[in-house]
Amino acid sequence: MKKLLLGNEALAQAAIDAGISGVYAYPGTPSTEITEYIQKSKTAKTLNIHSQWSVNEKTAMEAALGMSYAGKRVLTVMKHVGLNVAADVFMNMAVSGINGGLVVVVADDPSMHSSQNEQDSRNYGRFAMIPILEPSNQQETYNITRYAFHLSEQMGLPVMVRMVTRLSHSRAGIETSKGELQNNIHLPKNPHQFQLIPMHARNRYQHLVDIQSDTRESSENSYFNTFIDGPNTSMGIIASGIAYNYLMENFDDGDCPFPILKISQYPLPKKQVKKLFDTCKKILVLEDGSPFIEELVADYFSENKKVIGRLTGHLNRVGELNPDNISEALGFEVKHFTEMPKIVTGRPPELCVGCAHRDLFEAVNQLSKENSNQQVFGDIGCYALGVLPPYESINTLIDMGASITMAKGASDAGIHPSVAIIGDSTFTHSGMTGLLEAVIENSPITVIISDNSAIAMTGAQDSSASGRLIDICKGLGVDENHLKLINPLHKNLDKNIDLIRNEINHKGVSVVIAQRPCVQLPKEKKDKLKNLKKVSLN
Amino acid sequence: MKTNIILAGVGGQGILTIAAVLDTAALASNLNIKQSEVHGMSQRGGAVQSHVRISDKEIHSDLIPQGKADMIISVEPMELLRYLPFLKKDGLLVTDINPFVNITNYPELEALYNEIKTHPNSLLIDAKTIAKSLGNSKATNIVLLGAAAAQLPLSDESLQEAIKTLFERKGEKIVRKNLEAYNKGKEIALEIVS
Ligand SMILES: Cc1ncc(C[n+]2csc(CCOP(=O)(O)OP(=O)(O)O)c2C)c(N)n1
Ligand code: SF4
Repeated sequence: MKKLLLGNEALAQAAIDAGISGVYAYPGTPSTEITEYIQKSKTAKTLNIHSQWSVNEKTAMEAALGMSYAGKRVLTVMKHVGLNVAADVFMNMAVSGINGGLVVVVADDPSMHSSQNEQDSRNYGRFAMIPILEPSNQQETYNITRYAFHLSEQMGLPVMVRMVTRLSHSRAGIETSKGELQNNIHLPKNPHQFQLIPMHARNRYQHLVDIQSDTRESSENSYFNTFIDGPNTSMGIIASGIAYNYLMENFDDGDCPFPILKISQYPLPKKQVKKLFDTCKKILVLEDGSPFIEELVADYFSENKKVIGRLTGHLNRVGELNPDNISEALGFEVKHFTEMPKIVTGRPPELCVGCAHRDLFEAVNQLSKENSNQQVFGDIGCYALGVLPPYESINTLIDMGASITMAKGASDAGIHPSVAIIGDSTFTHSGMTGLLEAVIENSPITVIISDNSAIAMTGAQDSSASGRLIDICKGLGVDENHLKLINPLHKNLDKNIDLIRNEINHKGVSVVIAQRPCVQLPKEKKDKLKNLKKVSLN
Repeated sequence: MKTNIILAGVGGQGILTIAAVLDTAALASNLNIKQSEVHGMSQRGGAVQSHVRISDKEIHSDLIPQGKADMIISVEPMELLRYLPFLKKDGLLVTDINPFVNITNYPELEALYNEIKTHPNSLLIDAKTIAKSLGNSKATNIVLLGAAAAQLPLSDESLQEAIKTLFERKGEKIVRKNLEAYNKGKEIALEIVS
């Protein structure tokens, strides 16, 4: 019988079946379930597939490259903004190339359901000049991931699989196929391949440029790029990834009169694009994310008006596609449906009842009231909800780790009090280097680490910070007299306010660790935490 | 045959359990299924929904187009109305009457019920109370599933089997409680309709 799997789970199952020896990842919606599936898989355990969470996306991708160097197949997974963090290794491993098959999965979030932006990872794939695969449905996600490892080894390049929220988080019945064995360890044939000093890097980069014709040819012959003829050539349609499904939804039994080029592998298959251009009067481009294909195929000044899509206003420029906005772009009559009754009000997400972040915000708000100059630099996690009422405690939220460094910059500019609030996992992900910088200059900032001993926002995964925060801060050189531990409970409110006020008044770096586990942690995890090494502060 | 169902509620109210029963029953009945769900930020007490599509033919989109949902099953009355633009003309509405109030501007309940009743095909059910009286308030969602069962493209037997499969891990008692909840939902719906 078919297995009922999320797009993410189909991808994970395919990676296991493709013979990976490890997955390296840091959680992030909508990508998280891929790694979790492998962590829970009995087969993966028997096969000894590495699946423990990494500290951030950069460490994840570098470890993946190390496994590939050793000749093994490996998967690395992140959400779209995670690729910004891993961009350094990402760009450079395109130049070095890979040894064992290496697949980079990036889950984009058009409409920003759980993200700060809707950047389209295909731009990164093109930037690095590597093949990109973009499945349109769950079964294709399985098939394309199996294929990705072969393509990677065939081209000697990392291959990107680009997912989007709606595919990642939608289930369908999946047929799997026979698994492959893991690779044996075998080192790269060319001893200079991974030595990117300029003299070798130039050779590698030339090689990367030279094989672009191969990657394009592979796209043109790809099973996943299909040209579907249609009688009505007044318009041709390019539909990539999930947009293809939304397109077909608009025709009963998938009976579309227009010629369609369905794209799931890049670089763009030039031959087929040309065929569509030669035969059709007008080209409609449907793609979820940025107008990536449209920009490549549109004429620069749009003077011939042949290409239409998100850039020409025929589709929404921002936000995800769906069957309805595509219906409009196809020129179908705009139907008017029952509107949402006015009585319905918004229901934004909120912090759980009993969440420790709540008690922390209460303390911080009291101090903001006492000193209206106070600026609070926030970070990414459940505590980001502190931007919204009822707390409205946080002034900024940009990217992981930015709380500490922005607080430092603002303090350099003369703002006092300058307070950073950062979660424990975000701290180990990207906060430690910023704290070191503040320590070096002894900047008068107060860093509050809200330590709930979990990566709560993405589903309470284990945090690399658990049991290590005090040692890390000491190691980075934080003065022990200004490294404090508090328990954010309502009964401690006054005491906590006094303590934080004192640290704000200190003319140098202070770190306050507000420690209380996330209330959503399962009991086993809470018990485990109790047994973690407790480091005393004296 | 193609049936489009929207499940609605607030993060943590168990709409994904309803989805799982539908998925399991559909798969066992050899039907195609697509079911999209919401993970991440909005799961924290925010509005959540799931689109479930069941068909004997190929299903393309993971999302239901506007005006194409055959029914909306909601675990919360205001959340039901949020998805009205998706409902077919004369589509079915099934909802629990008990509000989940975690916002300051929650609408007046009477007005909410009146709005729901203007739709010809609506079942307002005190599912929470029913579930409680059966000794398992967590089964509110399954009561609602039962209430919608007669209009689903799935056999009663396949739904009951799916409930057994899904709750098996939690022990026989939980299985029994959920089957009771399901059957009670079915009964109530029959009473209201007749
Ligand atoms: C670069 C990057 N990677 C991953 C994410 C996804 N993400 C958002 S919040 C979060 C968890 C942060 O955990 P923590 O700082 O401990 O805060 P908590 O949610 O536990 O309060 C993650 C992984 C992201 N937004 N950006
Ligand atoms: S999941 Fe944990 S950290 Fe997040 S809001 Fe709930 S209690 Fe707070």
